[in-house]
Amino acid sequence: MIEQTILFAPLIGAIIAGFGWRVIGDMGAQWLTTGLLFLSCILSWVVFLGHDGETHIIHILDWIESGTLNSEWSIRLDRLTAIMLIVVTTVSALVHLYSMGYMAHDENFSENESYRPRFFAYLSFFTFSMLMLVTADNLAQMFFGWEGVGLASYLLIGFYFRKPSANAASIKAFVVNRVGDFGFALGIMALYFLTDSIRFEDIFAAGPELAETQLTFLWTEWNAANLIAFLLFVGAMGKSAQLFLHTWLPDAMEGPTPVSALIHAATMVTAGVFLVCRMSPIMEYAPEAMAFVTFIGASTAFFAATVGLVQNDIKRVIAYSTCSQLGYMFVAAGLGVYSVAMFHLLTHAFFKAMLFLGAGSVIHGMHHEQDMRNYGGLRKKLPYTFWAMLIGTLAITGVGIPLTHIGFAGFLSKDAVIEVAYAGSMGGYAFWMLVVAALFTSFYSWRLMFMTFWGKPRGDKHTHEHAHESPTVMLVPLGVLALGAIFSGMLWYSSFFGHTDQVAKFFGVPYAEASEHGEAAEGGEAGAQDDEGAAKGYHHYVFDGQPGKGAIHVGPENTVLDAAHDVPAWVKVSPFVAMLIGLVVALWFYVWDPAMPRRLAENQRPLYLFLLNKWYFDEIYDFLIVRPAKSLGRMLWRRGDGDVIDGSINGVAMGIVPFFTRLAGRAQSGYIFTYAFAMVIGIAVLVTWMTFIGGAE
Amino acid sequence: MIGLEHYLTVAAALFVIGIFGLFLNRKNVIILLMSIELMLLSVNINLVAFSAHLGDLVGQVFTLFVLTVAAAEAAIGLAILVCFFRNRGTIAVEDVNVMKG
Repeated sequence: MIEQTILFAPLIGAIIAGFGWRVIGDMGAQWLTTGLLFLSCILSWVVFLGHDGETHIIHILDWIESGTLNSEWSIRLDRLTAIMLIVVTTVSALVHLYSMGYMAHDENFSENESYRPRFFAYLSFFTFSMLMLVTADNLAQMFFGWEGVGLASYLLIGFYFRKPSANAASIKAFVVNRVGDFGFALGIMALYFLTDSIRFEDIFAAGPELAETQLTFLWTEWNAANLIAFLLFVGAMGKSAQLFLHTWLPDAMEGPTPVSALIHAATMVTAGVFLVCRMSPIMEYAPEAMAFVTFIGASTAFFAATVGLVQNDIKRVIAYSTCSQLGYMFVAAGLGVYSVAMFHLLTHAFFKAMLFLGAGSVIHGMHHEQDMRNYGGLRKKLPYTFWAMLIGTLAITGVGIPLTHIGFAGFLSKDAVIEVAYAGSMGGYAFWMLVVAALFTSFYSWRLMFMTFWGKPRGDKHTHEHAHESPTVMLVPLGVLALGAIFSGMLWYSSFFGHTDQVAKFFGVPYAEASEHGEAAEGGEAGAQDDEGAAKGYHHYVFDGQPGKGAIHVGPENTVLDAAHDVPAWVKVSPFVAMLIGLVVALWFYVWDPAMPRRLAENQRPLYLFLLNKWYFDEIYDFLIVRPAKSLGRMLWRRGDGDVIDGSINGVAMGIVPFFTRLAGRAQSGYIFTYAFAMVIGIAVLVTWMTFIGGAE
Repeated sequence: MIGLEHYLTVAAALFVIGIFGLFLNRKNVIILLMSIELMLLSVNINLVAFSAHLGDLVGQVFTLFVLTVAAAEAAIGLAILVCFFRNRGTIAVEDVNVMKG
C-alpha cells in the first residue's frame, strides 16, 4: 500500500489542483500538492531505507491484453527503483516548497490571474509521470512515463506562454525529444518482435539469446542485442540531452527556475541514465553499443563543459553543467559500472538541484536579472543563498581529501566515474575527456560564484540596491539539499562504489568468488584462506547473476568495478588536481585580474565565438534540418495543401458542380407541358427498349 | 362487325389526343384538365372492351373506380384552378412557370 501511495499521491494532487482550484483556491492548491508530495517523499525514504535488495513486483491492475502482448500495470520495486524514488520525490517535494516562494509574484501574469495552481498541477503531474517511469515493470508502462515527463516538460518550459521565446523553446524540447523517442519506440518494438513480450522479466532473461540473434533493419543485418541497445540509447540521448540531441536543454531554461531544477537537472534528464541501467541485462550483451554510449558520454561531458566556460546567463551555465555531468553518468554506465552511474545520478540530483534553486534565489533577489555580467558582490545581500551555492559548487567541483573517502558528494561520485573511465575498455579517450571536463567544470562553477558573489556590483544600480534575500520557504529546500550535497557521497560510497560484494548486496545481485583465484571456497570466507586476498579480499568476488536477477546485471567477465579500485594513485588524484587548476584560473580571471577574460576573448576571438555559439550546433541544425524541413513544409502547404487539396475541392465545388447545375437548371422550364413531353418521350423510349430486349422474359 | 380492334383504336386515338392536348395547349389550364379526363376515358374504353372480350367483369368494376377517381380529381383540379385564378388573375398555361429552374 505504501508504494501505491507514493505513486498516486502526486497524481491526486495534480488532478485536484488542476481541475478543482476554483474550489480550494490558490493557496489550497499549493499546500495540497506540496503536502502530498512530502507524504510521498517520506514514504519513499521509508521504502528506500527498508529495502532488502530483492525485487518485488506489486501488481496494480491488468492493462493491455491483446494476443501475445500482455502487460500488467505493476510496480517493480528493486534497488534502482528505490534510489530513483528518493531522488524524484525528495527533489520534487523541495521544489514544490520552493516554488511557493518563487512563484508568489510573477510579472508574466497580470494581478488577478490564477497561474499558481496550474504550475503546481504541472509539477505534480510531472512527478507522477516520473514515478511511473521509474517504477515501470514493462516497456509500455515505461514509455507511458517517458512520454508523460516529456509532456510535463513541454508544458512547464512553455509556462510563460505569452513569451514567444518560451513557446519556441518548449516546442524545440518536444521535437528534439521526439527524435530520441522514435529510437526508443523502435527499440521497444524490436524487443517485442524478438522476445514476444514487453515485460522486463522476459526481456532480461532473453539477453544472452539476443546477443546471438541477427536482425535485419534498414536492409542490413545487425546483431540484435547491439541494435536494440543502440536504439534504446538513442531514446536516452534525447531525454538526457547527450551530444547531437542536446540542443533543447539550454533553451529549456526559458521555464521558471524551479522547473529547471526539478526537470532539467535532477530528475527527467537522468531518465536516460536510468534507462541504460535498467536495461543492463541487454546492454551487457551489446559491447559495440556500450562503446558508443561511453564515447557519446565522454564527448558530451567535454563538449558541454567547454560551452559552459563562456556562457553569461547564470541558468545556461548550470544547464551546460548538467549536460556535462550527464555525460559522466553515461561514461560509467557505458563501461558497465551501472552502480557508479546511479551513484553520480544520486549525488548530482542533490547538488545540481541545489545550484539551480540557488540560482533561482539569486534571480528572485535580483528581480529576474539572469545575466551574470550584471551581478557581482552579492555575498552580503544574499548570505544564505551564497552559502548554499558555495556548498553546491564545492560538491560539483569535487572538493575532498584526495585518496580518502571524505569529501563532498561530487568528490566521491565524480572521482568514482573517472577511476572507472581509466579502468574501462575505452581507457584513454574517456579518461582524458573526463579529467579535462572536470577542470572546465571547476572553472565555470567558480566563475559563476565569483561573478555573482564577489567583486563590485555591476549592472543596474537600482536593482542592486533592492536586492534581497529570499523568503524562508525558498531557503529551507536549499538547506535540505545542502545536507544531501555534503553527505550523500560519503554515506553511500561503499554501497555504490565499494567492493564488488558490497555493491552486489546493495543491488540484490548474486555474487560469487572469482574462479581464477584457485578453487572457490564455500560460505564466502575466501579472504581467510588466501593470504594474498587478505589485503584485497574483494578480488574474490564477481557478479554472478543471471540476467534479470537483482536490480542491475553485470556479466561475470566485467571486472571494471574491481579494476577501478586498483588504478594508480595519480589517476585518483587527477580530478582533484584538475579541480585546483580550474579554481586557481577562475580566481585569477575573475578576482585578481578581472580584465583578463576580456583580453583573452579578444586575442582568441574565433575560439571564443565558437564556444559562445555552442559549437554552432544550432546553426548547423538550422541549416541542415530546420530550414529544409520548413521549406518542405511550406512546399506541402502552398503546393500540396493550397493547390492540390484546396484546388481540387474548390474546383469540384465551384467549377464542375455549378456547370452541371446550370445544365440541369436549363431543363427546368417550369412549364407543365415540357414535363409532360419529357414523360411521354421517356415512356416511348422505355417501351421501345423493352420491345427490343424482348420484354420481361 | 365491330370488334375489339376498333375499340382499341378509338381508345388509342383518344389517348394520343389527350397527350397532345396536354403539351400543345399553351393557353388554358382548363384544357389541361379536360385532356387528362380524355386520357382517363380512353383507358376506361380499353378496360370495358377487354372486359367484354374476355368475359371478365373485373374490368368493368375497375372502370367505375376510375370514373370515381376522375370525378374527385376534376373537383380538386377545378378548386386549384379557382384558387390560382384568384391569386394570379390568369389561367394561361404560359404564365404558370414558378418552378422554372
